[in-house]
Amino acid sequence: MQSFEYLRPTTLTEVGGMLGKMGEARPLAGGMTLIPAMKLRLAAPTALVDLSGLPELAGIKSDGKTVTIGAMTKHADVAASADVRKLIPALAALAGGIGDAQVRNRGTLGGSIANNDPSACYPAAVLGLGATVVTNRRRIAADSFFTGMFETALAPGEIVTAVAFPVPSAAAYEKFRSPASRYALVGVFVAKTTSGVRVAVTGAAPCVFRASAIEAILNEKFSAETLASLRFPADGLNSDLHGDAQYRAQLVGVLVKRAIAKLI
Amino acid sequence: MLIHFTLNAKPVAVDVAPHDLLADVVREKLGLTGTHVGCDTSQCGACVVHIDGRSVKSCSTLAVTLEGANVTTIEGLASPSGQLHPMQQAFHEQHGLQCGFCTPGMVMSAVDFATRNPNPTAAEAAAGIEGNFCRCTGYQNIVKSVIAGAAAMRAAK
Amino acid sequence: MNHPAEIEGAVANPTGIGASMRRKEDMRFLMGRGNYVADIKLPEMTYGAFVRSPHAHARIVSIDKSAALAMPGVIDVLTGEDMKADGVGSLPCAWPVVGKGGAPTKEPPHPAIAQGKVRYVGDAVAFVIAESLHQARNAAEAVAVEYDVLPAVVGVLDAIKPGAAAVFDDIPDNVCVDWELGDKHATEAAFKKAAHIARISLVNNRLVGNPMEPRAAIGAFDRARGQHTLYTTSQFPHIVKLLMGNFVLNIPQHKLRVVSPDVGGGFGVKQFHYAEEAVVTWAAKRLGRPVKWVCDRSEGFISDAHGRDHVTEAEMALDENGRFLALKVSTIANMGGYLSTFGPNIPTNLYGPLLAGVYTTPAIYCEVKAVFTNTVPVDAYRGAGRPEATFVLERLVDVAASEMGIAKDEIRRRNMIPPNAYPYQTPVLMEYDSGDPGGCLEKALAKADWKGFAKRKAASAAKGKLRGIGLCTYIEACGLAPSRIAIRLGVRGGLFESAAVRVHPTGQVTVLMGSHNHGQGHETTFAQIVSEKLSIPAENIEIVFGDTDKVQFGLGTYGSRSLAVGGSALVKATDKVIAKGKKIAAHMLEAADTDIEFADGVFSVAGTDRNKSFAEVALSAHFPVDYPLEILEPGLEEQAFYDPVNFTFPCGAHIAEVEIDPDTGVVELLSYVCVDDIGTVINPMIVDGQITGGVVQGVGQALYEDCVYDPESGQLLSGSFMDYCMPRADHVPPVSVETHITKCTHNPLGVKGCGELGTIGSPATVINAVVDALSHLGVSHIDMPASPHRVWRVINEAGGAARPAQ
Repeated sequence: MQSFEYLRPTTLTEVGGMLGKMGEARPLAGGMTLIPAMKLRLAAPTALVDLSGLPELAGIKSDGKTVTIGAMTKHADVAASADVRKLIPALAALAGGIGDAQVRNRGTLGGSIANNDPSACYPAAVLGLGATVVTNRRRIAADSFFTGMFETALAPGEIVTAVAFPVPSAAAYEKFRSPASRYALVGVFVAKTTSGVRVAVTGAAPCVFRASAIEAILNEKFSAETLASLRFPADGLNSDLHGDAQYRAQLVGVLVKRAIAKLI
Repeated sequence: MLIHFTLNAKPVAVDVAPHDLLADVVREKLGLTGTHVGCDTSQCGACVVHIDGRSVKSCSTLAVTLEGANVTTIEGLASPSGQLHPMQQAFHEQHGLQCGFCTPGMVMSAVDFATRNPNPTAAEAAAGIEGNFCRCTGYQNIVKSVIAGAAAMRAAK
Repeated sequence: MNHPAEIEGAVANPTGIGASMRRKEDMRFLMGRGNYVADIKLPEMTYGAFVRSPHAHARIVSIDKSAALAMPGVIDVLTGEDMKADGVGSLPCAWPVVGKGGAPTKEPPHPAIAQGKVRYVGDAVAFVIAESLHQARNAAEAVAVEYDVLPAVVGVLDAIKPGAAAVFDDIPDNVCVDWELGDKHATEAAFKKAAHIARISLVNNRLVGNPMEPRAAIGAFDRARGQHTLYTTSQFPHIVKLLMGNFVLNIPQHKLRVVSPDVGGGFGVKQFHYAEEAVVTWAAKRLGRPVKWVCDRSEGFISDAHGRDHVTEAEMALDENGRFLALKVSTIANMGGYLSTFGPNIPTNLYGPLLAGVYTTPAIYCEVKAVFTNTVPVDAYRGAGRPEATFVLERLVDVAASEMGIAKDEIRRRNMIPPNAYPYQTPVLMEYDSGDPGGCLEKALAKADWKGFAKRKAASAAKGKLRGIGLCTYIEACGLAPSRIAIRLGVRGGLFESAAVRVHPTGQVTVLMGSHNHGQGHETTFAQIVSEKLSIPAENIEIVFGDTDKVQFGLGTYGSRSLAVGGSALVKATDKVIAKGKKIAAHMLEAADTDIEFADGVFSVAGTDRNKSFAEVALSAHFPVDYPLEILEPGLEEQAFYDPVNFTFPCGAHIAEVEIDPDTGVVELLSYVCVDDIGTVINPMIVDGQITGGVVQGVGQALYEDCVYDPESGQLLSGSFMDYCMPRADHVPPVSVETHITKCTHNPLGVKGCGELGTIGSPATVINAVVDALSHLGVSHIDMPASPHRVWRVINEAGGAARPAQ
């Protein structure tokens, strides 16, 4: 990889300053995507701002209605958290299914959603649960956070500090793993929330999205039968070696039904 | 920059550049070549070591981030007198290795896995090493090794 | 673990033949003390990185080294023109074949670094050497290469179209060789009499071998001695020494040492003489410092020779009872952008002669067009030609059985070579010396509960799943190779093997083998043979290999040859040691050598209790005080070379069962049963490991792995583990391995080989099972890999998410 400057701030104020003044500075969380990208010379930041010196960014808190997870909390810790397993078991299961054990031991929630890889799992949970993304500057509703492929509402110098997940009455995540990479070829997060059913889909399109047509059907009647004749449209979905748009559309339908079967 | 950490129970101080990966530092600067590099996309797991008791891929870890950490590589697993760790012994007994290249990473992953899952089923053991590729064995004997090694680790407690 | 021979008392010698002895080589690997090429550090070492072509086909207009040379730590930037100026030769093809009408294989030049033109994405364009790898890689990005991009040909069908771009200007049709085998007229005549003709069109998918250790090479030059050393991840250091020294770099053989220490898997990928080996050896002399190159995995995907890549049309003629009358096969095989070491031999000599399979088909005709394309060179990969032949034949047998309404086991039974017909001469060159594929078949059917399948299928259907069962009976030719036959078939060299047994004065033994161990367990298996022969424990035997300065000439490891050919040489060398030992013992015991017997490690005078131990004889040979020096040389070290009289022919029957989820197309492999006839088994545990590993690699081809190029641009789309699906632990079912032995009749151990049969039998077995599961939809074939996407598409095209037929 290209050489770069390494910075390790110990306060959030410093982080903003470091990211702001360096030209191509990028925050470093678990590094599970960034470092391989740098090795393959797909990314060449001039500086990395290591967030591991900020213990306040890691940890899981809960008041029974909301589970707040620090941005630097590792996937393995979310998967193992008694609070998350009790209150949002689908989120714990999702975290426990990301990558492999070694990725889960290093990768973080904040890193995943800030990167917004089209086939990452966490964006589906954040969007599906209608979570709030907390940054060093503001609070952003999930519906406004994921703006495009590898793009988010984060401004330059802004980093995710935590995500507040409202506890749903029920939720399920169904993932169809891409055979080679084990990212989500398609992942579907279905949640019953106070504001109705939310269905978030990752892997299928350039950016995680809500399947509003399916949500409307499920808000009418929450049953697999109502979706029996559903044909999810392939328009705008991704095509690659592992599945064309039609296949991904098929998987969205199948995974939604499987998620609902878990919830009934 | 000079960083200090514990490597296989011994303190080390080593001068690293920000771009130096842990795998390269232990191999090139600290002379421990048991940690292997088999890919460049963090998939194959030949480079797995333990940082603070957790298995990680050292090819995707910047050495500079490890100030004060506790790192164990395959060379640190057997006892100083050469007595194999129960997981290493299990791989030997169950013919869990052929060319040996994936073996250090595989064993390090297996030890971390068995620490958290002391009595795994075959399916759990297979899932537990999903981050490690082996091209030789077809995994069957590796899964047997992980189960036998976990049992031996339980017994040794 | 229940290895068959582990039953108490099953073998007398716990480190002898038949014992599931734990491996001697394990310790260094388990402790992280292996010694792979990438681990080697030499004084004053420099590091190299290649600049590789981003285009599939282009003229090199210019290369500007200046920016790279100005970067910190950079020592030199070398190009193809520099190689040319130094008189470096072309990488040779070691096994060209003779085409139709005696036409030779076209062997265009293959420069180690491209000259004038690049012919695939990954073709080396320049080599940057620096004080550190980091510096070399950064500087490689700064080498400015101007290309004039040309149209590329990627797929074999496109390559032979009129007007296709030519990979080589002087080979306008891209045909490397047009080869044929068998009796065309007899075959055509048999087709005219056929009651039924079964046909199939198929693709044998291109694969990347991906041994877990990436390739690496270090060149070193000792100016004072004029001595070159190459450390390389090779399966055959002696051949690299011969090819590179003699044909590429013009280094006299006595001034070149090639070392292949621990090598992390080969599978054929490491049995070629690669460009990078020549480049580091050449560069080290220019620099006067060692030069190290270690391949990245991404770089490996575009520079390791690939495997398979056939497009085939085949037809089988049958009589009204389902007996095979004739087989006609037409294949186009991809050679890639240059000829790799064995390229043309793989889809011809190692393919056509296997098309008889285990059947009595009287007439066979096969033609193969090997063509150049703008892709990475294609060469041997585990099985090499034989998996492709087995896939064509065993798929076609299933198609014929389905079309004629004959059970898949029954059609095989009806056509199988009967046990009393061996030696059996096929219509395609081979004479099978021994085998009982029928016995393997019956055992496998029983073990897999073939008869109970309908019940299991119904149970799967009740869950909404499609269940299929697949069978394959195969034979392979291995133990490469009888030199006389191989030379007739085009190989430029011999294919014998060598062993030397060095008895130390204290009675311990060092064995020097010309074959190479890179995971197969040679250090254990060969020690067991010596242990058995000399009755000394395996711990007193060391196996040495992989260094041309230590080991006598040998041909290395590939084609399941190490035991059948190298092991035979070892038996011969050990026999010579015993023969000499008898003479020494005769002198010591004051008896005639013809009266000396050797058994259980003791030389004794027949019919008496007078004897000398092996160690006493070894000591006497080295301290020849009371010794017949006038008629016998001192010392106890013997060497043997062994050239087999025939190939060996492992065969067997494999059965797989799969379950398909019609909603997603996911194929779950539920069980895999192998019953194989591999001749004498030296170490059942190691054999079990070799077969299981091979089966899973073949399952990889059948279900997961696919090397995909963009058909227009020639860019490799599956160029990393993110897109090339390697089998993982949770992909594979328990593989059940059993043997059904007939001994090879022509080598001293009766061994046949087991390294490749897994990849030979399993692709056909698994795909036969997948097609069986989909047969109610009218599906008669599916190409590999049967990935979820492809299977779902087949189901969808056959009429939507078809539910299981109840």
